[in-house]
This record gives sequence, C-alpha cells and structure tokens, in this order.
Amino acid sequence: MATQATNALAVAHRRVVRRLLLVVAAMFVFGFALAPLYDVLCQITGLNGKTGGRVAVARPVAVDETRTVTVEFVASLNAGAPWEFAPKVTRMAVHPGQYYQTQYLARNLTDQRLVGQAIPSVTPGPAARHFQKVECFCFNRQAFQAGEERAMPVTFIIDPELPPEVRTVTLSYTFFKLDDAGG
Amino acid sequence: MNIAAAPALNHEHDTHAGPPRGLGRWLLTTNHKDIGTLYLLFSLLMFFIGGSFALVIRAELFQPGLQIVNPYFFNQLTTLHALVMIFGAVMPAFVGLANWQIPLMIGAPDMALPRMNNWSFWILPFAFALLLSTLFLPGGGPAGGWTLYPPLALQTGQAFPFVILAIHMMGVSSIMGAINVIATILNLRAPGMTLMRMPLFVWTWLITAFLLIAVMPVLAGTVTMLLTDKFFGTSFFNAAGGGDPVMFQHIFWFFGHPEVYIMILPGFGIISTIIPTFARKPLFGYASMVYATASIAFLSFIVWGHHMFTVGMPLAGELFFMYTTMLIAVPTGVKVFNWISTMWRGSMTFETPMLFAIAFVVLFSIGGFSGLMLAIAPADFQYQDTYFVVAHFHYVLVPGAVFSIMAGVYYWLPKWTGHMINEKLGRLHFWLSVVGVNVLFFPQHFLGLAGMPRRIPDYALQFTEFNMISSIGAFLFGFSQLLFLYNVIQTIRGGEPATDQVWEGAQGLEWTLPSPVPYHTFATAPVVE
Repeated sequence: MATQATNALAVAHRRVVRRLLLVVAAMFVFGFALAPLYDVLCQITGLNGKTGGRVAVARPVAVDETRTVTVEFVASLNAGAPWEFAPKVTRMAVHPGQYYQTQYLARNLTDQRLVGQAIPSVTPGPAARHFQKVECFCFNRQAFQAGEERAMPVTFIIDPELPPEVRTVTLSYTFFKLDDAGG
Repeated sequence: MNIAAAPALNHEHDTHAGPPRGLGRWLLTTNHKDIGTLYLLFSLLMFFIGGSFALVIRAELFQPGLQIVNPYFFNQLTTLHALVMIFGAVMPAFVGLANWQIPLMIGAPDMALPRMNNWSFWILPFAFALLLSTLFLPGGGPAGGWTLYPPLALQTGQAFPFVILAIHMMGVSSIMGAINVIATILNLRAPGMTLMRMPLFVWTWLITAFLLIAVMPVLAGTVTMLLTDKFFGTSFFNAAGGGDPVMFQHIFWFFGHPEVYIMILPGFGIISTIIPTFARKPLFGYASMVYATASIAFLSFIVWGHHMFTVGMPLAGELFFMYTTMLIAVPTGVKVFNWISTMWRGSMTFETPMLFAIAFVVLFSIGGFSGLMLAIAPADFQYQDTYFVVAHFHYVLVPGAVFSIMAGVYYWLPKWTGHMINEKLGRLHFWLSVVGVNVLFFPQHFLGLAGMPRRIPDYALQFTEFNMISSIGAFLFGFSQLLFLYNVIQTIRGGEPATDQVWEGAQGLEWTLPSPVPYHTFATAPVVE
C-alpha cells in the first residue's frame, strides 16, 4: 500500500513538473518572440521614431503655408567610429506639405575604403510617421574611398497631418561602419 | 523522478533518523530543513557582502568630491550591490524560509522533489563565485547598472560573459526552486488542508512561484540576446543592424516588474502570519488577502512601462501604464487595511518579530506611497533616475522585504533551534535598525526631489547635508545587523528552551511539532480539522 501511494505521488509530481517545464520553455521562447513582435508593432504604429528604410511615396498634398515647423538635424557617431559626420544645416523652418532637401557631410578619416550605413530616428516618436523621406542616403549603403569627403542628400516632406502640438521635429542619424556591426 | 524522502508510512515515530555527520550532510542533503538552513545562511552571507558594497558607496557619498574609490569602481559597486542583494540575499532568503516552512505548514514530510532541491541550492554558490570573481578580472566587474541596458552593458569588458552566465545560473536555480514549491503545495498537502485553508505564507509563495516560472525564462532570453549581440554578431539591440536598444528595456522590465513582486509577496505572507499571532486574533479578511495577492501578481505583468515613461511612448501608452500602476494600490491597500484590522482591538504584545512586522506595515506603506508618486507619468519626468527613485525602492525592499525576512527568522528560529531568541538583543536590533533605516533612506527623498541623480560618485555641494545624514544612517543600519548575526548564532548555540507552541498566540501545524523540530517530520500526514 505504501508503495502504491508513493507511485501515485510520483506520477502526480511528474505531471506537475512536466507542465511547469513546458511553461518555462514557452516563456523563454516568448522572450525571443518579443523581438519580431516589437518590430511589427513599431512598424504599424510608427512609434519609437523608427522611420527605418521606408520610402515615402510622393503624392500631391496641399502645402500648408500658415504653419511652420522647425526641423532639427542631428548627426551622431559611436565612440571610435572612423568618420566625420555632420549636417550641413542644423535647423530649418518648413511648411508641411512642401518638399525640402538638405545634406549631410561625411568624411572617411582612414586610408582605406569604408562602407557605412546611416540609421535614422525621429523624435518625438509620434511624429515619426508624419516625417516622410522621399529620397535619403540612409536608404543605401554608402561607400567611401580613403579620405573621401562627400555631401549626401535627403529629401523630405512633413505630412500636414502632423499633430498640431508638434512644433519641432528632430531627425537624427547615427552613421555605422558596416563590416563591424558591433560598433 | 526520485522521491528520495518518501515517507516510510509504517514508522510511528518521526525521530527515527538524525542527520548524517560531517560535510557530506550539507553537500548531499535532500532534507528540506537542511536546504532551508543552507539557503538562509547563504543569504545572510550575501546580505553582508552586498551591505559592505553599500557602505563603501555611502562612505564615498559622505562628502562631495572623490575620496575613497574611483568613479569606475563606484559604478561596479552599485551594479554588484543590486545584483547581490536581489538575487543573492532577498530571493534565496525567501526560498530558504519556503523550504523550512512550507512542508511544516501544510503537513508534508519534505519538499516534493528533494534531490532537485539540493541542486537548486548548490548552483547558487557557484553563480555568485562567478559573479563576484569579475571584480578581480582585468577591467573589473560589470559597471553598467544591474538592469544591463545596452549599448552601455555591451561595453563591459571581460566580465560580461561571466555576468551573463551567473544570471543564467541564478535563473535556473530560481526556476527549479519554484517548480519544487508548486509541486509541493499542489501534491503534498495534508488531508483536509484545502487550498483556501492554507496559511497565507504558503499562498503567497504559490503565487510567487508562478511569477518566477513566468518571468525568469524571459530574463534568461533577454540576457542571451545581449550575449549573442556581443559575441555572435546578432543585432537584437543594435541599431546598426536594424535592432533597437529600447526593446531591451521593454523585455527587461517585462521581467523586472514581476520580479519586484517576487521580492515582496512572500514578505506579505510572513507579515500575515506574524500579526495574527501577536494580536491574538485570526487574520482579518483571509480570502480577500488571497485575492489581493493574486491581483497584484496579475497586474505586475501589465505595468512594466512605468519604468520607461521618459524613454518615449505615445500618450495612450503613458496613460495605460500610469492607470494600471495606480490600480495596484487597491489590492495593496486591501492588505494594509487587513493587517491593521487584525491588530484592531487585539491583545497585542510587542515581541521582536511583531515589532518588525509593524515597522514593515508602516514603512512599506511609505514606499508604496512614493511608488504612487512615481506612477504619475508627468511627475515621473522629474523623478526619473533621481535619488527619489532610490529612496522609493529601498523603502519597499529594506524595511519591506528585508524586515519581513528578519521578522520571519526571529519568529520561526525558536521552532527550528529549540531555543528562544534573546529578546532584549532582538529589540535593540529592531530599534537601531528602524532608526537607522529611516535616517538612511528618508533624506534621499529630499535629495531626489532637489534633483540629485542616482548612480553618481560625486555631487553638487547643495546636496552635502542630506548625503551626510544618509551616510550616518547607513553606517548605523549596517553595523546594527551584526547584532542580528550575533543573536542568530547565540540562539542556534543555546538559550532558554522553547515550548512547542513558542509564541502564545501561534496557530498552525508547525507549532504542533516539538521544538526543536525533529529532522524528519510528518512522516504520517496529519489530518486538518
């Protein structure tokens, strides 16, 4: 009788352990699943300033001359990055609905050929989807010969649907060296 | 599955076998009492190690300027202080109490999976040896904060893989402990011990164990992503490769917020056990306590964004996280109300465990209130990353979690050892601690409101006075804990013999056993009611 009770208990323990281990495994996978879920969520909502490589389709919109939005341009580099990188102008006053072009300057400080990629980010986050880049150097990899200096253009338009409380939008690029993703 | 301690049902006496002798007893033990003791002693050691880190931090902050340590080492100390206290002191202490008390409280002969129990403890010393060894590596230990935010955390030098592996080991240990607790509670309750008759400590631990199982794997996942980002070229958190460092914060706090309840729910259970004993009244609102604990656990999964109000979030997100966070005050308020109602018109006496329990109720509530202030998203923009946050979470963790652990140890130590604690020394320890902890952390509220950032080794001159007061409190509190150590050792070695019931108003299965508790108990399950 004693062994019977013990066996029944062992079965019960095994069942509990098996189920809990399943939960553990599922939660471990869930942690990783959050990564693609997060990207999808950011893409749908345009939150988090993720404007990524999205090319805006040029469509005719009315220019809102009554409204002026300040666009600030920021360039950043991680420590030790082998470039010089800066916006040509740091701020512009723009009307929603009108196309503008500006440039970023970059210079290869090394004596080798380098390939870089700029990653854009827009703040405030909710403004990101209203900041549309029609043409951007961030859409492509940028190759630089040793010591080469070049101006890289970006053409953008601010959607007139930009929330009225937003008066300043900041466009920031971080320029990464491509063969060394670790930065 | 090996049921190592399967009860020999035909044995009439439960004192048939004592523990084996020598070191082997502790290395190979599968006895829940031995493992509980090991957990508690390990936790005490970590408490002093983490505490000494804190004292170096407070010594450096006694005056503006750099006096004792360089800023880089200071950052290592803040990081390791947090990791050691969270994963080494508070969590193992609760697991130790669970090991000792859950079988005794539900009438089980041992934990359900005794051999795994041994393993889950013995992983810990290795995990912390690994973590603390990083201090001696070239480049030192982790210095990017315990939250390990990338990209800063990825700049950690040689210590990085050690830290990640240590966290993995702590996670494995916690998950095994939690599985054991759940299996024990679900399968080994004595006949008649229905779920809604379980002591509240058992209930809170059951819920805590589910939290652990749900979130420790998520932590394991996210630190693994850090590891592959650093060494294997993935880009989970690397913007250059299409990742996003902000995503780390979301995943981390999805673990991190339930984690803070993991560190307080068992404390709620201890306080709910001690207050009825010394008020000599049954706990007021037992069922509402169970439901409140479950609601807090549920809410903990949907409030993580309140750690990230300033990171950038749409208005709807800020509002969602703000309201759900404030909602937690409702079940927590129910608990505080019930504790006070239990004391209301009770025949209260104020032995050491009760003093700590009452201080817990008062001081934890202060921590709860500052938590509500931080929950208000627009106000949080001012408080974020200031000493106000430091004051808040230390109020819930030190006079909250740590006091509840000490209350529990003082309360059950006579049952474990058969000797009464030194009451006079216990009260002295209590008063020094309660004064020390308030002198230590209360001024930090003011520092934070005045704008002093956290995690800095030097500060502007106008913060000097409150920092000095805080440091004096830190040394008072820190050195008072030696009294606790002394009292525990003295109680283990001898003292006035304890009766079986120990405390006059104590209720529950553990008090029907002799003091000290025999090595094997409840070989035959007791029948409840």
